Amino acid sequence: MISWSNFLSQLINGLALGALLALISSGLTIIYGTLGVLNLAHGAMFMIGGYAGFAAYQATGSFLVAVVAGSLAVMVLGIVMERVIIRHFYSRPHEDQILVTFGLGIVFVEAIRRIFGSESRLVPAPASMSGIVDLGFMMYPTYRLVLVGIVAVALLALYIVLYRTRLGMIVRAGIEDPVMVDSLGINVYRVFMVVFGIGAMAAGFSGIINAPVVSLTPEVGEAILVQTFVVVVIGGVGSFPGAVLGGLIAGEIVSITSMFNPGYAYVMLFAAMTLVLMIRPRGLFGAIGRE
Amino acid sequence: MEDRNKKVAGGRRDFIRAGLGLAGGIALPGLSSHAWAADQAPIGTWPAGVKGNSVFIGIAVPRTGTYAVQGEDELKGWQLAVEHLNSGHPLIKQISPKSKKGGVLGKEVKIGVADSAAKPNNAVQAEQGFITQNHAMLMTGSTSSAVAVALNKLAQREKVLYVTGISGSNDTTGKDCVRYGFRQCFYGQTAAAAIGPVIVKAYGKNKKAAYLTPDYTYGHTVTKSCQDYLATAGWTTVTNQVAPLGAPDYSSYLLNVANSGADVLINVNWGHDAVLSTQQAQRFGILDKMKLVIPYQIPFLAPEVGNNLTAGVYAATDFWWTLQDQYPLAKMFVQEFEKKFGYKPEWGANNAYMSFALWAEAVENAGTFYPPDVIKSFEAGRKIQSTVGEVYFRKEDHQLVRPVFIVQGKKQSEMKGKEDFWTVLETVPGLPLMQKPDAFGCNLGDYT
Repeated sequence: MISWSNFLSQLINGLALGALLALISSGLTIIYGTLGVLNLAHGAMFMIGGYAGFAAYQATGSFLVAVVAGSLAVMVLGIVMERVIIRHFYSRPHEDQILVTFGLGIVFVEAIRRIFGSESRLVPAPASMSGIVDLGFMMYPTYRLVLVGIVAVALLALYIVLYRTRLGMIVRAGIEDPVMVDSLGINVYRVFMVVFGIGAMAAGFSGIINAPVVSLTPEVGEAILVQTFVVVVIGGVGSFPGAVLGGLIAGEIVSITSMFNPGYAYVMLFAAMTLVLMIRPRGLFGAIGRE
Repeated sequence: MEDRNKKVAGGRRDFIRAGLGLAGGIALPGLSSHAWAADQAPIGTWPAGVKGNSVFIGIAVPRTGTYAVQGEDELKGWQLAVEHLNSGHPLIKQISPKSKKGGVLGKEVKIGVADSAAKPNNAVQAEQGFITQNHAMLMTGSTSSAVAVALNKLAQREKVLYVTGISGSNDTTGKDCVRYGFRQCFYGQTAAAAIGPVIVKAYGKNKKAAYLTPDYTYGHTVTKSCQDYLATAGWTTVTNQVAPLGAPDYSSYLLNVANSGADVLINVNWGHDAVLSTQQAQRFGILDKMKLVIPYQIPFLAPEVGNNLTAGVYAATDFWWTLQDQYPLAKMFVQEFEKKFGYKPEWGANNAYMSFALWAEAVENAGTFYPPDVIKSFEAGRKIQSTVGEVYFRKEDHQLVRPVFIVQGKKQSEMKGKEDFWTVLETVPGLPLMQKPDAFGCNLGDYT
């Protein structure tokens, strides 16, 4: 089982798995890093992105429309969530934030089950991206390779918005000293809403672009959420580059371990997290203060 | 500056704590299920559970999670059985000739339903509630053998009868068998012994097999039974990819399969895991190179993955609706089920219906709900008419002796209706497929 071709295959597969984890985790970490809110509904929002895209795909037959619809639907959901519920929890203890977002996650999952049922739903990849590529040492689904590129572009876009634009600057300033930013005439809380929307959109986008890889079920976000936490902890809580690196590391751990002993693939993920917490408790890219 | 640092450091810890709590919460819900109630009844819930004019059955079935789709189908089978028991339906009377209108021994049958999410702790907690609050006289549930084994143990400890839902592990009526537990459906050993000759005939001797195995008692025992049988025809296992229940992605496992040089892929995964792993196997080009075999049929697999993936695939199963052409009771059951629920029942629904009907038959023959007498009635070895012909319980391990069916996936062009996914190829009599009663270490335990 351990041959060079298999090792190389798993390495590439780890990259593909990791890229997606990186994107989902970045949404979680952006929201936490800027607003200080731990969004346990993130997995459910990832799932809703997939279903909203599925519904759009059913209606139009276009994958592109599905991607746009999935992302926008979850962005709108995120903004509504923030306006109606989350903003009341900014100043409340983390436990309260955890409970309210966890509860929302359950409501989202069951609402989707009510509408779509538990049977799995499939959003096919566009014809041009489906099929199999023969890389010589392995056959690999074309769409998974394309996915790596799509995720890379999305992560770059997120990075530019957060670190290279005026909005990103205001966001980061708002975290440091909301009162000061407010007194400069900038509505910090509106900015927070935008951040929540962006984080939510990242989840929704991940959900729909991942839909052709897995088949959608209401639970599709549940397992991902746990992995996302591992990624964020490995990478450093609140750190965008940390989420990206953490995602890639997690993907490689699952893939490479499976080659030696598949039963331990996910166990090793938690072992790696434990190791990081022991050696570098703040995570690989975690700063003592917020960025 | 210092203040802020402190706040953020605390925030990070909270975050990590929450993450770990979440992971733990998903993995191990309800650790507090050990608060057994002291029951005053002479044995289990008897006679408290039969004092009124109804008897209660506690159902713990997955309505969420990997096995949710199969769980809903099972639940419908139980619901139909209860309706038929209470109304004295002709189908119930065929299976249990002493049954009359008005329930079992004249007591109306009532049910309580809880979502187990296919997790043993959830199921045990729910059934514990049904026992203490509702004095349940019978428990059922499981679409996972991990749940079946846990409920077996609960049944024996609480002295409340348990009929399994879907449970494919050899352990359920093997090393984890109990006096208070009974299984209607087929299992790893009978599945492997039934499908083995068919695939050896179809694909030849001395082949290389790759397995996808879910990491719990069902997966381990079904894979082992298949390996043992196929070894007799010179087959070898080139890889066995063990994955956790509900794995979000199978790519890394499938790459190992793709690189293994196997001729046949034996997919033991079940529920949504089977759907996802089969779809992904196709996307990795594996199904173009290897033959797919399903040793333990997954209800709704064909409609979920599409029959282009199941066409030509061999599977062993407990029931398929076209058996109505062979068995008059199957015809009645399929008609009644479809009339009520609008689709053809899968094998989970048939298993559920039959398990209640067999319980009613045992109780009616015992003439009492007193559990030790009902158990002896089950163990009497009476030949009972069922939806798959004549069946009986083996008294040594409480396994129903019943046929196993080999089906093969139809191509789109062969389908005569939208639910006509499988052709029944063979009806394999049950007894020769079964191991010796003590081969898997079954020790039933006490009646009281």
